[in-house]
Amino acid sequence: MPVVELSYSRLLRLVGGSTRKQISEILPFLGLDIESEHGDAVRVEYSPNRPDYSTDFGIALGLQGLLGVKTGAVKLEIKKSRRYQISVIPEMLKIRPFVTGIAARGGRINDQSIKQLMAMQEDLHMGPGRRRKKSSIGIHDLDMIKFPLQYTAMPRTRRFIPLNSKDELSISEILKDTDVGRHYGDILAGHDSVPIILDACQNVISFPPIINSALTTVTTKTRNMLVEITGTSKADAEDMLAMVATVLQSAGFSLETLAVHGPKNSTPELKPRHMTLDPELANKILGINLGRSTMASALKRSRLDASVRNGMIECTVPAYRFDILGPMDLVEEVALGYGIQNLDPVLSPSQTLGQASHVSSALGILDATMTGLGFLEALNSSLTSMDILYTMANRKPQNTFSVIDSKSLEHTILRDSILPELLENLSRNIHEPYPQKMFETGTVFLPGSPVHEALNLAAVSAHNNASFTEIKSVLQSCLGAGFGIKVQTPPASHPMFRPGRCADIIADGRTVGMVGEIGPEVMQNHRLRTPVAGFELSLAGTVLKSPHP
Amino acid sequence: MAQVLHDIEKRMLLVLREKAVQASGTAGSGKSTRRELKMDSGKFYDLLMNETGLSMDQIRRGMEWLKLKHLIHVDSSSTQKLRLAKNGQESLENGLPERRLLDILQNGPQNLSDLQQNLGSVFGPAMGIARKNGWIGVSGALVTLLRCPENLPGELALNKIGNAKSGAGLAEDDLKSGAKTLLDRPGFLDVTRVVELTVTLSDLAESIDLSNSDAIDVEADVPSIPVARRHPLKEAINEIREIFVTLGFSEISGNLSQSSFWNFDALFTPQDHPAREMQDTFYLDSPPAVDTASEAQIRMVSESHQKNWRYRWDMEQARRMVLRTHTTCVTIRHLAETKPEEARFFSLGRVFRNEKVSYKHLVEFNQVEGVVVGKNATLRDLMGIQKEFYRRIGITKVKFWPTFFPYTEPSLQTMVYNDKLGKWVELFGMGIFRPEVTKPLGFNRPVLAWGGGIERIAMLRYDLDDVREFYNNNLGWLRGAIKCQ
Repeated sequence: MPVVELSYSRLLRLVGGSTRKQISEILPFLGLDIESEHGDAVRVEYSPNRPDYSTDFGIALGLQGLLGVKTGAVKLEIKKSRRYQISVIPEMLKIRPFVTGIAARGGRINDQSIKQLMAMQEDLHMGPGRRRKKSSIGIHDLDMIKFPLQYTAMPRTRRFIPLNSKDELSISEILKDTDVGRHYGDILAGHDSVPIILDACQNVISFPPIINSALTTVTTKTRNMLVEITGTSKADAEDMLAMVATVLQSAGFSLETLAVHGPKNSTPELKPRHMTLDPELANKILGINLGRSTMASALKRSRLDASVRNGMIECTVPAYRFDILGPMDLVEEVALGYGIQNLDPVLSPSQTLGQASHVSSALGILDATMTGLGFLEALNSSLTSMDILYTMANRKPQNTFSVIDSKSLEHTILRDSILPELLENLSRNIHEPYPQKMFETGTVFLPGSPVHEALNLAAVSAHNNASFTEIKSVLQSCLGAGFGIKVQTPPASHPMFRPGRCADIIADGRTVGMVGEIGPEVMQNHRLRTPVAGFELSLAGTVLKSPHP
Repeated sequence: MAQVLHDIEKRMLLVLREKAVQASGTAGSGKSTRRELKMDSGKFYDLLMNETGLSMDQIRRGMEWLKLKHLIHVDSSSTQKLRLAKNGQESLENGLPERRLLDILQNGPQNLSDLQQNLGSVFGPAMGIARKNGWIGVSGALVTLLRCPENLPGELALNKIGNAKSGAGLAEDDLKSGAKTLLDRPGFLDVTRVVELTVTLSDLAESIDLSNSDAIDVEADVPSIPVARRHPLKEAINEIREIFVTLGFSEISGNLSQSSFWNFDALFTPQDHPAREMQDTFYLDSPPAVDTASEAQIRMVSESHQKNWRYRWDMEQARRMVLRTHTTCVTIRHLAETKPEEARFFSLGRVFRNEKVSYKHLVEFNQVEGVVVGKNATLRDLMGIQKEFYRRIGITKVKFWPTFFPYTEPSLQTMVYNDKLGKWVELFGMGIFRPEVTKPLGFNRPVLAWGGGIERIAMLRYDLDDVREFYNNNLGWLRGAIKCQ
């Protein structure tokens, strides 16, 4: 979860009419976990569905609600203006069809605010922006721009100075030589021309969704800003715009429209939505009995507008709260506004009787039998390496399942057998006292449609007198005493086992596994000097009466 | 408490008590009443073997035990004994070879060949020693006596050793350089090392009761047997399973490999969402899933996605096989298949995350997830069951905070107080399934769900700081891990 660093003194100023203690106590009930506090500074974790909480302006709005300082929805005051215009050329429909934006004037921002705005921008890029593919944001110094703007397509040879650079680069160079270019260039793959926002002087303002121009860099001296958002969904772009606009308004900026002209595009309205909540639903889900007006007040404390009409609650949801999809989200807002701390846990009697699965019960008996036979239970991961599973165990890989792009070299392939992992365990324990006897039950992965998962039991015994006879005795006793299963062991050969000391395990006429003394090559691979005998068998149809699904 | 002796110790001590005599040489102190046995070590061991019927090995061990228990004190002194060997014996009878040579020369110079004939085999050594010492002169074939000492080197020692009482021999010290000369000459002397033991009995050895033959040393160290037991993590899992069962929950299970449809799509995670990317999720290189869901389920889920997330939903994406990232895919599939009116069930098992392994992260770990379905199930019930669950695993300080999960609304997280860390830590997450999740699968009742990682609870239980220990299969740890209460 992302983290934002706040300062109590700033929060107190932004929230107004509250104390530090009140704020620190209520933060978790807004869904903000306090990660650490140090003097005036406090770091909180916020949920990715609330990018407004990446700024102290957004958090202050929430705190005002729960502390009762200010309740109800935040209204966006957008001055209609003809000063700021952008037109879209029809060709953009094929590349990145939509642009929207807003002007924010007469505010002041410091370094901390710039950092928070950038964090919010990144959260929006990752979440609703879907790694900038669906929508991306550019924030500019408004005073550096000559209107009207044009949202247009430009060849990859077009040059400009990108943000944080001193040199003019071509689009191709930006995509090849900068981090953001390499990261997000794929979004534009297949297009010869790329999206560009040009101002009236033909200066490049922005190269969405990759990078802004250096010309319009926002600094602490910036007083007036332009926010532009481009993307493949008009609704998502406008949702994100509403979020940025709300935070900037809270930061003291006055908003003015950016008029958008062009096919399928239009000037954003950022209007709140109206939703109806049945108070019965909220009471039923939360297990409480709130009156309608109390419920409406709770919603207002969650910074929504709510009024009672015909027994229902009519809610007004500001545009930046696009995380609210339907009535169940409003139920959560009731819970938050009412206060999670005010909900008493209740333990209702169970209407059902509990039962462990038949697999768990059978495995429980198996574990007890194997420990009774003197074997210690091991646990290995299902994801292991080619080396342990095949090379070291002298086995031939066939029909394996690998995972794609694993971050861990030891975890790349799904096991089709447990025994090789137990042998590896023995090799890492040669300094421990012998005898060493271990077993494991677990899932193995075999070809199916597309994957068949089976449960296996494997066991190893390592000591100076470990032998085929001993391990067959263990196998026989485990299946015989535990489950009434008789097995035959006709001779077999396998590169993992010693020639002449290896057998198939047959139960009910079906081959279910192998047993034997571990062969010299495998012993050598693992640098094992104490003799080892082992077995592995499938539990489906043996210990588990009906084959495991 | 009375000291208990081993049978070997008892039998030896009985003999020692019988044979020991009042110590000599401690008269000066006047106080000592200690008794001792002073004897050649060979004879000592023979005596003990004969009297006790024990083997040499047992007696050696018994001696060590008795010494360790301060029942006896053993001093040993070692001496060398000298006896005449074949050449020495011959010289005692006939004189040293050089003495015989000098005796002959007393009668005037002699021819070499005559001397050789006269002295026989001792001619060589006799000539060599006499010339080296300057007693004789040789010119041509004629040997002349130059000087004749009264006592030749070694002569006195030879007589003394030879005339000493048979078998007793003499200490080397007595003879100093004379014996040294003889020692250097082949076949003159036999040297034997003799160890004499002085075994002194302590007061305890004199008084200790040797009669009770059944008692053993119950304080003695015993061999350790490596324990065979269930894996500590399995113990924690079994404990959690039992709590769920006793709270009225039935266990369900499902595959570790799942189609993206059940792991993500059915849980309202959009296909273009970063959470589905390879850097968090293990995708399999297997063929895509077939018949993973019914036509209706696929249609409804796809509609829910397109309406709420505004993108083009793709069945091919939903067919991709993944290692499940949570047990919720098992829960949702069970719900979709059984559509229960009233139910409590849980699933428990491994889940996977494509992460770097560290002391707090594993790529594969266990999760438990509980689910309550009922027309009157509420968020407060969910909180109540949680609280009861924690109470049963010994956690009583619990509180609930709001949080966010993509497929539940409302969503809460449990915070429990960790005494060791002295702070509140996050444990299980919980919530009520979103209608956007349940409705497309034909389900309208509230579904309460909660769950979380089991290793975190087990780490508290076994006081571990490194979660990897659970999967290291380090025998030292597995055999000795202790569960904290």
